[in-house]
Amino acid sequence: MLDQIISTFETGSGFWNPLVWLTALVIAFLIIYIVRGFGKREYKKGTDQTQAFLSGNPEYEKDKMHVKANNVYWGFTESLKSVYNFFGKMHTGNVSDYVLWFVIIMGILFLIFGVI
Amino acid sequence: MNDILSILINHSPALIVAVPLFGAFLTPLVGMINDKIRNIFVIFITLLTGFFTVILVNEVFTNGIKTYCFGAENPSVNPVVRIFFEIDGMSAFMALIAVILPIVAVIYSWGFAKEETGQSKYYTLILLMTAGILGMVLTGDMFNFFVFLEITSISSAALVAFWTNKKNSVQAAFKYIVISSIGALMVLFAVAIFYGQYNALNMAVIANNIGFGFLDKIALVVLIAALTMKAAIAPMHMWLPDAYSGAPSPVTVVIVGTTLASLYGVFRVVFTIYGKQFLTILRSFGDFAVTPSLLIGVFIVVLAVLTIVIGVFMALKSNDFKRMIGYAAVAEIGYMILAVGSAISTYFIPTGTTTVTMAEHGKMALTGGIFHMINDALDIGLLFLVAGAVYYATKETSLNKLGGLSRKMKYTTVFFLIGLFAVSGLPPMNGFASKLIIYQSTYQVNPILAIVAILCSIMLLAVFVKVFHSAFLGPEISSTKNVKEVPKSMLIAMGILAALIIFFGLFPEFVITNIVEPAKNALLNSSEYISAILGGV
Amino acid sequence: MMTFNIPYIAVIGLILVGLIAVVFKRNLIKIVIGITLIESGVNLFLITLGYRENSIAPIYTSSPGGLMSLPVPQALTLTSIVIGVAVLALMISFIVHIYRHYNTLDASKIRGDEE
Repeated sequence: MLDQIISTFETGSGFWNPLVWLTALVIAFLIIYIVRGFGKREYKKGTDQTQAFLSGNPEYEKDKMHVKANNVYWGFTESLKSVYNFFGKMHTGNVSDYVLWFVIIMGILFLIFGVI
Repeated sequence: MNDILSILINHSPALIVAVPLFGAFLTPLVGMINDKIRNIFVIFITLLTGFFTVILVNEVFTNGIKTYCFGAENPSVNPVVRIFFEIDGMSAFMALIAVILPIVAVIYSWGFAKEETGQSKYYTLILLMTAGILGMVLTGDMFNFFVFLEITSISSAALVAFWTNKKNSVQAAFKYIVISSIGALMVLFAVAIFYGQYNALNMAVIANNIGFGFLDKIALVVLIAALTMKAAIAPMHMWLPDAYSGAPSPVTVVIVGTTLASLYGVFRVVFTIYGKQFLTILRSFGDFAVTPSLLIGVFIVVLAVLTIVIGVFMALKSNDFKRMIGYAAVAEIGYMILAVGSAISTYFIPTGTTTVTMAEHGKMALTGGIFHMINDALDIGLLFLVAGAVYYATKETSLNKLGGLSRKMKYTTVFFLIGLFAVSGLPPMNGFASKLIIYQSTYQVNPILAIVAILCSIMLLAVFVKVFHSAFLGPEISSTKNVKEVPKSMLIAMGILAALIIFFGLFPEFVITNIVEPAKNALLNSSEYISAILGGV
Repeated sequence: MMTFNIPYIAVIGLILVGLIAVVFKRNLIKIVIGITLIESGVNLFLITLGYRENSIAPIYTSSPGGLMSLPVPQALTLTSIVIGVAVLALMISFIVHIYRHYNTLDASKIRGDEE
């Protein structure tokens, strides 16, 4: 029973053992922690040495500094505007259109099974 | 002690459906005494149903198919006249999913629904929905399947409209009941065709006598179209984000079980009822034969790719927390159906024999698809519970008005991180294990399918990183300055799901050999299903 | 021979008219009426399957002889009619709530808070 729990599972063309992966992750974190300990320890808290650097711009109040949700992926949605127009027109919100899609799919299936 | 246990195992199919029904009708009476006693009563009923399900599933996984006849000790099999419940590996697997979700939802509701009015009706409807889903997956009779489908859709539509003072909930409930009712009526139409041709309503008898004439083709088309509409496959998926976002969060977790049970209905029709006729040659172009398995497989795979792409693209654009998770749920259903559809299209007859077999990579794809069903139920359930916790603390659902929640709600952030890793398929969560099988086996059917699947998985990660940044990270905004951590019952419910996710992710081989393999073998052996009732025909 | 096929043609007609009403009408109450038409069509189909030529009703214990039409589809139809009544009541109560919030019954103006 125990060797069944911790054995690797094989797909037809590969294998995956999560416990080996977890051990490797823990060892990697240990190495990172040791390397971090080689850094400098003398710095003064609270002065300009610990402020965020915003390319010389002043830092506004906290409410305005947070990027809102519909602005996060602006580049992606703006460049794929034609695709989003097509999908937006499909999702109308009208319950008759939902049933129309059902009738269309049933018609396509009838054609496939009837002709072939 | 052993005698009592064996009597309980023998009658457990009836008890699994009867206990929630009985509890549902007793809940308003108990609710008149006290609120706390009613909550404890409801949790006790769901835990009792869970106990009966576990002993039944254990029995089926070790001893094979179990049948149960309602009302007779030795029923006649020539002709079959009574209602049978027939539980094979796939039904037992679905019953496990269908009983974990209501237990978590009821524990979560203790803290979530504390100040609502009409709580007795809320718990009654949740217990009715549990009875409906469990009846749908355990039954072996087509008309019984239709009746339980209607019970589930009526009670879930009433629960979607629970907050009648919000605009969003009532319009979502109306769309949901129209779609459900049309789907169920089409299922009844197909059941009537089966009855007219074969004079039987039992699934095993229909599967034994089925042909592939004109009327059988009509029944197959109507059943696949109606059941895939209930299972939210594109382009008929548009009711799902509305219904999932209009309902209260613990109710959404149980409605996920309804969607998966309709998907189980598709598999039952395609694999078991039409199993004998899968390789009748409809037309042959020289060496290349067109069979029903090829047609159904290719059609389902095309719809699956469309579902994944539409789900991910619309999730990336939306700004409402629950609608975004709803679109991600649509994409996850696309993954399940991609795996099973590509498995169906690899049936063939090896040279020298006359039995139909599936290719080896097809069987692996079927395993991946079935494993993904339980993974998806757990992941999407955990994400909806986190969304409910955020709504309970801040009374906001729009992502534009949230920010910096991780400073005060530490446990909720950790649970959301676990859900994020699981849904987008990062190790060591359970999503990675099932998606790895799906990628590797669909690549051998056609490389384009695996490429689309991997790309859209990365975009799902992008979607949830957006939610994590805008809701949890960042400085504290003035509107969310005074949030507190959610009550303990909600944290316990989320903890149960997170613990199951981590367990399934760290020990996938244990889960696959003990829970998923019997389900896959039961789907591939339709003759075993028939001979369990008809006795070796 | 043709007269015994009229119920089946009526079934197809009812289901088609019901589907047209659901897809092409914009008033919510007309959509609900369309669903009721589909349900009537399916119930008629169930009953017609049980009819045998020159048969009597299957309600006798000591029958005066002759062929009886099948009783099983009649039981299935009764169940389906009851389910249809419950669904119809639920849909109409949702329409009452929708009218209170939106003040209109036009299906294309009823949208949730999308995005």
